[in-house]
Amino acid sequence: MAAPKKGRPQGGQGRPGRSLAFILIVMVALTGGMFLSGHTTPRLGIDLAGGTSITLQAKSQPGKPNAVNKANMDTAVNIIERRVNGLGVSEAEVQTQGDDNIVVNIPKGTNEKQAREQVGSTAQLYFRPVLKQEVGAKSPDPSPSPSESGKDKDSGKDDGKKDDGKKDEGSGEKATDPSASATPQGRAVTDGLKDEKDPKASETPKPDPSASAAADKLNKDFAALDCSNEKTRTKVSENAKPEDPMVACGKSSDGKTWLKYILGPAAVEGKDVTQSKAVFDQQRGIWIVTLKFSDGGAKKFSDITTKLKTQSPPMNQFGIVLDGDVVSAPSVSTTLDANAEISGSFTQQSADDLANILSFGALPLSFDVQSVQTVTAAMGGDQLEAGLIAGAIGLALVIIYLVLYYRGLSLIALLSLLASAVLTYALMTLLGPAIGFALNLPAVCGAIVAIGITADSFIVYFERVRDEVREGRTLRPAVERAWPRARRTILVSDFVSFLAAAVLYIVTVGKVQGFAFTLGLTTLLDVVVVFLFTKPLMTILARKKFFANGHKWSGLDPKRLGAKPPLRRSRRATAPVDHPKEA
Amino acid sequence: MSKLGNLGARLYRGEVGYDFIGKRKMWYGVSILITITAIVALAVQGLNMGIEFKGGAVYTIPKTTATADQARDVAKDVTGHEAIVQKVGKDGLRIQIGGISPTQADKVSEKLADEFKVDVKDINAEKVGPSWGEQIAKKAWTGLAVFLVLCVIYLAIAFEWRMAIAALVALIHDITITVGVYALVGFEVTPGTVIGLLTILGYSLYDTVVVFDSLKEQAKDITKQTRWTYSEVANRSINSTLVRSINTTVVALLPVAGLLFIGGGVLGAGMLNDISLSLFVGLAAGAYSSIFIATPLVADLKEREPQMKALKKRILTKRAAAAAKGDSAEGGQTSFEKDEPQDTVEDDEDGETAGAGSVVGQRRTQPQSRGRGRGRPSGKRR
Repeated sequence: MAAPKKGRPQGGQGRPGRSLAFILIVMVALTGGMFLSGHTTPRLGIDLAGGTSITLQAKSQPGKPNAVNKANMDTAVNIIERRVNGLGVSEAEVQTQGDDNIVVNIPKGTNEKQAREQVGSTAQLYFRPVLKQEVGAKSPDPSPSPSESGKDKDSGKDDGKKDDGKKDEGSGEKATDPSASATPQGRAVTDGLKDEKDPKASETPKPDPSASAAADKLNKDFAALDCSNEKTRTKVSENAKPEDPMVACGKSSDGKTWLKYILGPAAVEGKDVTQSKAVFDQQRGIWIVTLKFSDGGAKKFSDITTKLKTQSPPMNQFGIVLDGDVVSAPSVSTTLDANAEISGSFTQQSADDLANILSFGALPLSFDVQSVQTVTAAMGGDQLEAGLIAGAIGLALVIIYLVLYYRGLSLIALLSLLASAVLTYALMTLLGPAIGFALNLPAVCGAIVAIGITADSFIVYFERVRDEVREGRTLRPAVERAWPRARRTILVSDFVSFLAAAVLYIVTVGKVQGFAFTLGLTTLLDVVVVFLFTKPLMTILARKKFFANGHKWSGLDPKRLGAKPPLRRSRRATAPVDHPKEA
Repeated sequence: MSKLGNLGARLYRGEVGYDFIGKRKMWYGVSILITITAIVALAVQGLNMGIEFKGGAVYTIPKTTATADQARDVAKDVTGHEAIVQKVGKDGLRIQIGGISPTQADKVSEKLADEFKVDVKDINAEKVGPSWGEQIAKKAWTGLAVFLVLCVIYLAIAFEWRMAIAALVALIHDITITVGVYALVGFEVTPGTVIGLLTILGYSLYDTVVVFDSLKEQAKDITKQTRWTYSEVANRSINSTLVRSINTTVVALLPVAGLLFIGGGVLGAGMLNDISLSLFVGLAAGAYSSIFIATPLVADLKEREPQMKALKKRILTKRAAAAAKGDSAEGGQTSFEKDEPQDTVEDDEDGETAGAGSVVGQRRTQPQSRGRGRGRPSGKRR
């Protein structure tokens, strides 16, 4: 919208029909689009449709002043989205709002309490040794994993999909030559570690006699697991504890096929990772992901890599497990500690993704649950109904007022309001699937308030026209002369309105945004309607006898407006006659 | 209605009018009084902040046979906090408990469901952490500041800095009044209220802009005439846009009133009510301020300009001369070129001065178009 401009060619003056035809076509197109897209009603927000809305706010962390940034927020949204969908919710939406808020909207029928616990808690990232790996479909015969894993260790070297290369620099910890023999089921680890007595390490080998029942169950689960099915995929890892082995799904490195895994107990936790970056390796010309561990993490990591490097594929891999999903499963060829890298067929994107997950595995940020709103569908329906009734009554009042005051002119106002309503409704409906716009209660309020704003523009124009008629002009020139001045006023004031809406939208969160969005949208539409609909319609109607002759009911009766056809009347003569009660 | 129509015409022509500018001191006084009242009320009573700002929970049970007392007891049992319980609609209850954690809030829902034999899923709950309100408030203030700055910049460009300042003062005035009403009456302040308040800003400005726009247009060539002072032109602008201001305000208030009394009334307290209440109060304040505060302020500021001072001086001298010469007579008008004196003489008494003024002023540029000196109403032709 522009500052007031003068002397622009008067739009639509010559060809009112064109503008009208144009806007009618737009209306038809939008309505058609609405039906074609199959969305004939606007998407309703949680407060109208029923459901739960949770607002989380990122806490700024001591020592990390810039932790709350867009990248971190986006990562958090991704993680939370996975979790919410892990609850078996369909159409849940997770969005950032403002700088540091995440709003989670969960449609009706979900366990709100569970959802809240899930979304607010820290993401769980673990490094777990891979005990078994298969292509993700259900395997017909469950072959116990020990039998499979007893391959020769050498064959494993260098043929992992994700090959690990980096030597740890300056750590004297390079575990001595892997003397460990490849005993089945990764048991090598225990002796692979010369001087370590890691309790975890002794736990790693699963087929502990006492745990054989658990192992059986694991194998059974593994056999039954079908990773190509989204539901089972999210379900399978639901209750896995870090200290137990688990089955999980993950995409293969090319991202095309699903693989399923049996994973050992967690060896390293996500919070042990202090830094991770995606780096382009100039020498090799590939993307790699570098890792840095905390002191404790480095030790654990060197333990696990020492164990793993002696294993044969697929057991020389560790799975990076985020919230139960294997996001990556690099294989290991050397012992690593504080600094490590993962190489593979990364693109920049996938390297970035993995780096994000690794560095923020313990979630980039911690969140506070700020508000939880649960609305039953019944209540939402009531509110929507009340809002619509209120809107209808408000509209009716406006119409009555306009008809009483402007008589025939109100026809133009009504048609314009109608055009505005059609455009608003169609856009709202289409914006649902397009940008995720959801009509919530404040948005309904915004739309109702906008009735007033839209009507204001007509009033500004009508009053201008009437002023011109009062000057003694006949209608056609009056309509044209009134337009540039009314146009300027409308633009200026609509701009202010729009500014208010835009500022509201940008700085606020949650419900307020819906309101601001509707207000901004309707303000823009107001301009469009006034320019392309109201004005041309006015031009056309000004040619009609009813209006041009100033019919009593046209709202433009010069007599009523106080203009007298013989232009030269004196004020003093008319005033007392016309208005005896004048002050 | 027809009377109203005529009134419009007369206002337009300046046949009737109210001397907004002349009586501005009085209205400034009224506004200062209101503002002081608002500030005192705010200081003494403070605002009744909703749970969104304090932390706590609100439950709405759409249908229950339970009474408010029962609900209060249950809430007290579980949380140890006093609850505010309201009837909503026919047989619904709205239970508000401040200062409890979300975990406690869960227990309350369960207990309520248990106690009143409704499904937990049928209870609407809004649970808010204590720091949420701080954030909302912070954002609201940021929004307010950003908006005000942008508006001042925009108005300063589209109009001029004096108008921008006057509009700013009027806006702050509106906010104060609205907040004052909230403090006085004790309405609950919720995010809905904040939304409403921020919306008012845009709306109040909308009104102001309409008047300013007319003022700018009418004062365009003001220094090229010696008939009307800036203040008189300003007064004329207010009067001629009065119908428009009233109409736009009424039309804006009607849907809001619909929201407030019908939408809110059906459901009891709620978002609809909160927004529309603050809108209602704010819109009224906004209409008032754009007429009685903003434009007179512009006139005040403008009259301090040297050229406007000079203009005023010239006009006063001229009028004095005219009064001396053709004193007794309105009849004097014919003898003066450009009609100034006669208008002054006759209009000054009843505050119509400025109203007639700009019409005449405009006509001056094309004197040939007038019939006799009195043909003012038809004079505006370009």
